[in-house]
Amino acid sequence: MAGTFSFDAPDRWNAFLHRQETVGYGDGALGGLPVAVKDNISTAGLPTTCGSRILEGYVPPYDAHVVTLLKAAGAAIVGKTNMDEFGMGTTTENSAYGPTTNPADPGRVPGGSSGGSAAAVAGGLVPAALGSDTGGSIRCPAAFCGIVGLKPTYGRVSRYGLIAYSNSLEQIGPLAATVSDVSRLMAVIAGYDARDSTSADRPYAHTPSAEIRGTRIGVPAEFFGEGVDEAVGERVRDALAVLEHLGAEIVPCTMPSMAFALAAYYVTCTSEASSNLARFDGVRYGPAVDTKKQWHAAFRELRGDRFGNEVQRRIMLGTFALSAGYYGKYYAKAQVARKAVRDDFARLLRDVDVIAGPTMPTTAWRLGEKSDPLSMYLSDILTVPANLAGVPAISVPCGTVNGLPAGLQIIGRHFEDERVVDVGFAYEQEVRR
Amino acid sequence: MVSETEINDIANLADISIPKEELGTFTAQFNSILEYFDLLDAVEAAPSEGAGRYNIFREDIVEPSLDQDAVLSNPGASEDEFIKGPRVM
Repeated sequence: MAGTFSFDAPDRWNAFLHRQETVGYGDGALGGLPVAVKDNISTAGLPTTCGSRILEGYVPPYDAHVVTLLKAAGAAIVGKTNMDEFGMGTTTENSAYGPTTNPADPGRVPGGSSGGSAAAVAGGLVPAALGSDTGGSIRCPAAFCGIVGLKPTYGRVSRYGLIAYSNSLEQIGPLAATVSDVSRLMAVIAGYDARDSTSADRPYAHTPSAEIRGTRIGVPAEFFGEGVDEAVGERVRDALAVLEHLGAEIVPCTMPSMAFALAAYYVTCTSEASSNLARFDGVRYGPAVDTKKQWHAAFRELRGDRFGNEVQRRIMLGTFALSAGYYGKYYAKAQVARKAVRDDFARLLRDVDVIAGPTMPTTAWRLGEKSDPLSMYLSDILTVPANLAGVPAISVPCGTVNGLPAGLQIIGRHFEDERVVDVGFAYEQEVRR
Repeated sequence: MVSETEINDIANLADISIPKEELGTFTAQFNSILEYFDLLDAVEAAPSEGAGRYNIFREDIVEPSLDQDAVLSNPGASEDEFIKGPRVM
């Protein structure tokens, strides 16, 4: 039955940027289920800032398609969650409104950029949340906080109303404590939307099954290579042994395109960001510019003042990569490299049903521990390939290292989100027994 | 390697003002990232233009959109039912 409730649980992790004190809900598949929404997903009447001061005070006049679907299914939208500014980061420390902390250890980062959504779920504030994943931004915080996160196949969930950062890579997806709850949310948000030109007519109506006998699981050597913490690798190998015990076949393989996947990813996402973020000039949304100055002077000053360092860096990297003299060296090469990643996945997924490995190379690090941008970028190495190829990928908790959660990542063929969910579900059911 | 002057030029192109005191750190970090991007030098061929692409434009049909009050609810300044921007000249 439709109704309202108060949402006033203490937020010790700075997971929320905006909360509704009295929340309405309807009837339906998610009737009364509290759901938190990442702050780059538009919500009519609720502030939406992308974790940025440049959108401070912005209240969208419309709902993102996924929010419309959640409301139609009866879900209660309890508020907007903290994030790295415009989704640029791996820790949720890059928010203009302060970092989110990790419920598993408040001295550590929750991962990013959907760190607020992951902390809200892991901290028990909500049973489910929406995030967005451009290079791992759902799977990374899911792994660091010890919950489940799914990046659906590109195009399977409408991005209408998602404030764009890198359109060709990003995808909205669910986070929850269990695979079943992630699957339940996915069933509501997936499907065709004419307002997203990349939308695919592939609804998701699936009940997770733990029957995975005969499933062939490819394990690329590169997923356990340089930079991957030995203990994290060990936990993931234990998880693969559990899947093998359940009747899956483990197939060692290699993925040579991993050598340049990360560089291709960062050139692509910064290039797209430089174009997408050009619209933030203080004229149409966000705080007003000083109109006494000329257009570009006012524009430059506002963007210098209101964008954080990481956003400025990525816009400038993209501007540089797309400039006349460097386009061939960076952007064009990145697109060739991206195709090589896609081809690698296609080749591997002809022989195996899914690919598995760690989600993140390490467990969550301490707040402030990584201040060098490049070292932060390098930690995305295992998650970005799925975004470059547009294939579905899930992160499922697979034990702990020194008390901190580690994540098992399962990557599948295009539009086989159901299969990655099943493999994750089979593992989860077995270890919970 | 790009110099601080070039960083300033890129910042101007991107409409971002970088404070002088941050320029050195910014340039150093920018260069270390560009050095990493050099991995792409190992990638050989360029993609063939337009291969496998086709037009997916839909018919241009007028559909209901946001009303004017909703559109003007966010801009910092408006005048005569238009969004007011800074002067250009």
